[in-house]
Amino acid sequence: MFAAEAAAEVHASTGWFLEHAWLIPIIPAVAFALIIFFGKRMPMKGSEFGVASMFASLVLAVGAAWQWIQRVDGASSVAHSAVEEGAYHSAPFVGPIIREWTWWQSGGVEFGIGQHIDGLALTLLVVVAFISSLVQVYSLEYLRGDRRYTHFFAALTLFSAGMLGMVLAPNMVQLILGWEIMGLCSFLLIGHWWEEEANSRAALKAFFTVRVGDVGLLVGTGILFFSANSWTQENLGVSGFNISGLSAWAMSGAASQSALTWGAVALFVACIGKSGQFPLHTWLPDAMAGPTPVSSLLHSSTMVVAGVFLVGRLYPVFWEGMKIGDTNINFIVLIGGITIVIAALLAFVQHDIKKVLAYSTVSQLGYMMLGLGAGAWIAAIFHIFTHAFFKACLFLAAGSVSHSGSHHSFDMKKDMGGLAKKMPITATTWIISTLALAGVFPLAGFFSKDEIIDNVGHNGYNAFMIVGLSGAFLTAAYMTRATYLTFFGESRGAAAGEHHDQDGAHAVHDDHGAHAVHDDHGAHAAHDDHGAKGPHESPKLITVPLMILAALAVVAGLANATPFGSNWERFKKYVEPSSEYVMVESASASGPGESIVVPAAEEGAKKEGCATVAPDEGMVCYFPTVSHAKFKWSKAALSLVIVALGLVSSWLFCIQYYTRRDRRLVGLTERNTVLRGGYKVLWNKYYLDALYETVIVRAVAYPISRAAYWLNQNVLDGIVNTVGKVARRVAGWVYRNIDQRVVDGAVNGSGAAARGSGGVLRPVQSGKVNQYGALLFAAAAIGALILVIINT
Amino acid sequence: MLTTQFLLLGAVLFCIGIYGVLARKNAVMVLMSIELILNSVNLNLLAFSVRNGSVDGNTFALYIIAIAAAEVGVGLAMVLLIYRNRRTIALDELSEMKG
Repeated sequence: MFAAEAAAEVHASTGWFLEHAWLIPIIPAVAFALIIFFGKRMPMKGSEFGVASMFASLVLAVGAAWQWIQRVDGASSVAHSAVEEGAYHSAPFVGPIIREWTWWQSGGVEFGIGQHIDGLALTLLVVVAFISSLVQVYSLEYLRGDRRYTHFFAALTLFSAGMLGMVLAPNMVQLILGWEIMGLCSFLLIGHWWEEEANSRAALKAFFTVRVGDVGLLVGTGILFFSANSWTQENLGVSGFNISGLSAWAMSGAASQSALTWGAVALFVACIGKSGQFPLHTWLPDAMAGPTPVSSLLHSSTMVVAGVFLVGRLYPVFWEGMKIGDTNINFIVLIGGITIVIAALLAFVQHDIKKVLAYSTVSQLGYMMLGLGAGAWIAAIFHIFTHAFFKACLFLAAGSVSHSGSHHSFDMKKDMGGLAKKMPITATTWIISTLALAGVFPLAGFFSKDEIIDNVGHNGYNAFMIVGLSGAFLTAAYMTRATYLTFFGESRGAAAGEHHDQDGAHAVHDDHGAHAVHDDHGAHAAHDDHGAKGPHESPKLITVPLMILAALAVVAGLANATPFGSNWERFKKYVEPSSEYVMVESASASGPGESIVVPAAEEGAKKEGCATVAPDEGMVCYFPTVSHAKFKWSKAALSLVIVALGLVSSWLFCIQYYTRRDRRLVGLTERNTVLRGGYKVLWNKYYLDALYETVIVRAVAYPISRAAYWLNQNVLDGIVNTVGKVARRVAGWVYRNIDQRVVDGAVNGSGAAARGSGGVLRPVQSGKVNQYGALLFAAAAIGALILVIINT
Repeated sequence: MLTTQFLLLGAVLFCIGIYGVLARKNAVMVLMSIELILNSVNLNLLAFSVRNGSVDGNTFALYIIAIAAAEVGVGLAMVLLIYRNRRTIALDELSEMKG
């Protein structure tokens, strides 16, 4: 019995850009090939391919987003009457544009490749293409003269292609493909200056740490495929890799709870690795060894948000698997909450400006995971959106500082300070982005972060709301510290115009022990003139992307400005999938001229929406019903006060500590045992690196190698020795009987026969050519005679 | 009729050639005799080709001419080398191949 019957049909518009969104990752992938094969011969060393392809992708992505907005608008205006009749508890269902082609087949299972375009995919597509374009433009100047300039652009372009391909994946196979392409490219880019051992170590660490999580991705995909495949084939006619199929399966009520739970946990392990969540966040700060544009791209829109995106994409699976609807603590919330606080604390003890930003990214990713885990889906996705702009801006500003202000150093304590006057544009953009990151009204971060915190509390996760608020305080404080050290106070080191001697420059900043504070080795010689001139503003190719990003850091929040009423909640309208029940036939239809069946109202039926009641026969759900907190200024005021406290207290502390050298504060960590202990723990990054490298690697790898050695010596060698002995006995018998008698006999016999016949034939070989000729012709004549006789 | 005469001419040439190869001592004359043999075969092929009205024989004759040219080239080169080493090209003095 259908709960609702088709009462109206909504024609959902589509368009060329939506139908051809699959071109978006193809363009940079082709550009990658062009750069690799022809890049070195081009006038701009291949960078023109990269920049042009990213801008082309951006145009396509924006076009698709525009048509998507029209599609949603068209659908909702027609369905508006139905909404008023009370048939809906949420927005009408607007189907994603799914196109899939068979990529390859194996054992009757088809692996598709194609596109799955909906609000979430488009958000990420636009952001990734936009940030990638700006980063590529920035890199034109930043990496000028680098020895592997062409390869850098090739890897950067492929990196974006991987992310774009992952974002519009219609199935898990394509998603894994894009995911792994990014893993590979991150390795290449982080280790771009691999001549320095720390850099190549950091690249390896990033690669291997992420790989630990990637095992979870494969396991999770496998679990979900084998448990969902029969259901999806039967009901939707798609394989168990299909993302919308998996979503519908998870929400159908037919799914086994343990398969869902374990599948979700395994997938989330992959997200922990990729998105730098506790306890696998350790690779992210080390990834700073790469060139700054890479850090910027990696930390704002690609790579690290891939994990968050995966949770958002397969949200029904996580919702059901982790029981997000309940208010009990679940795995995602827990990991997110821990990550926010521990990463923010680590940011306080860093000397390297990029590491502060790295831990800040980890902490912000914690916010996104917290939001997703607590059911604040739209807030988390919105935070990806806003965070991409201000974090990219912060990284690029840090790069600008090192490029033109501190002679390629990233050490805030040694080579920066007082740069605000010398680099006004960089400083202004940095401060704007810092305030946006801290969540100051009305900048971008305020809207998204406050929405997360608000919704986490609204959904009943009260303890984690406090975690979120304390994270906001810490964020404001550590960013203020970094700002003060970089742009204010007295100038130190290179910022004061001191010139490093060329060779010593690498070694001078090695006080972090492990990782390069330096960024720019390849271009060292090319930028020598900077050192002579002292700190100055960066060129236009660097400052223009900075200004664009800073402008977006101001206004991006307005895309979903909950405080200004529901008309401003555009993200909610266009991005959040509908939690309506959908008839299977209308859901599976796609392409031009598709129509959406709007179920008519039936008294009291199905008002609850998806995830509260399982759908009826013939109906599917694609998204759980999530509740949205109502914005209240009283709640926002609390977080604003906390942020202001963080900013002001940190500022005052910095002035006292770094400029006035207050006796009571300076050296406090040496005098006070508790503080010293805390500082040591933070300085050693909670000993996680030591744990991984000495304890786990030793505990796991050494016994394995010892066991392997024992196995080798005793078991394998024993087998080999026994086989050898047996073989020797057999060989002896064979030698005496077969070899000596049979084989040798045959050989000797044939030799004797040959000698005999040779003696007979010997007289014929007279050495006279004419005689040979006579024999030849005689033989021919005899042959001819025989032929004649036979034929007659 | 015509064919028979061609075949007879071919047979005569063949026999002259064989005689030359067997009886002559001069290496150059032997080579020339081999040429005669080959050309007698050519004559046969052409005769049958005309009789059967097909061009296969002509084709083979052309091949044989080409191969004969190559063979004479190699043969003369060998004769030249033998002459340089031995100051003679008399075949009965060349009996190194005696087994």
